[in-house]
Amino acid sequence: MAKDMLELTAKSACAGLLPATIGGITLSEETPAHLTLLAPYKGREAALSAALEAAHGMGFPAPGRATGKAEARAIWFGRAQALLVGPAADAGLAEHAAVTDLTDGWAVVKIEGEAAEDVLARLVPVDLRASVFKRGYTARTELKHMMVSITRTGPKALQIMVFRSLAATLVHDLKRAMEAVAARG
Amino acid sequence: MRITCPLCGERDRREFTYKGTARAIPALDAGVGPWDDYVHMRDNLPGAIDEWWQHDMGCGSWLMVTRNTVSHEMIAVVAGEASGLGLAEAQAQAEDQA
Repeated sequence: MAKDMLELTAKSACAGLLPATIGGITLSEETPAHLTLLAPYKGREAALSAALEAAHGMGFPAPGRATGKAEARAIWFGRAQALLVGPAADAGLAEHAAVTDLTDGWAVVKIEGEAAEDVLARLVPVDLRASVFKRGYTARTELKHMMVSITRTGPKALQIMVFRSLAATLVHDLKRAMEAVAARG
Repeated sequence: MRITCPLCGERDRREFTYKGTARAIPALDAGVGPWDDYVHMRDNLPGAIDEWWQHDMGCGSWLMVTRNTVSHEMIAVVAGEASGLGLAEAQAQAEDQA
């Protein structure tokens, strides 16, 4: 058998679905190299935060907040959990926390545009306006009955994460809402 | 109906799942009587009642919510670990009485 027949090609969660632009709002896929769930052991929260700061340059996020920058971000991901997005997690973090590799387990999309908040207002029961949901804010909530993580990454940009198996549904629902917002002019 | 999660703030009811009446758990070796009572028997009185709700679409926390079953007013919310209804508390109480 020829060698090249055995080479597999990685396929992202939203391959063939994105990008899409409707009415000045752009939906695109983000493909961070690594996603790692960090769940600090009891009483090790401060030690984990210090280790995270030393290894990746950001502290452990408070509830509802994200720390770091686009290339390496720590997103609060639920009770006593954070998701490290971007870099491969430093091996030393495992001393203070349960470290779980979730790479490729979640679909990550970015919605950007003047009316991005109006689109999400149709789908999410949380106030995501920039005046309330500022840069560095994050929320675990629901989007059309799907569990999501939503993080503000810019003045007009939000990052949305769902389980990978829900990627097509997420894109479908977001596109429908984008069309509805665009139709209102 | 909205519930104020100690971690996430005030959120819509659709993010939460009702998990039943919140009451003190018996000690593990309390015997059939107290456990039968704990599992099956409810006073079911109208008015303020303690209930478990899980913020499953949000942070995942179990919360003890005091709700008025007549008006649906959400009177108070505390995190599960602060409810004082855990097994550790039940065991400590059983040891005190022994």
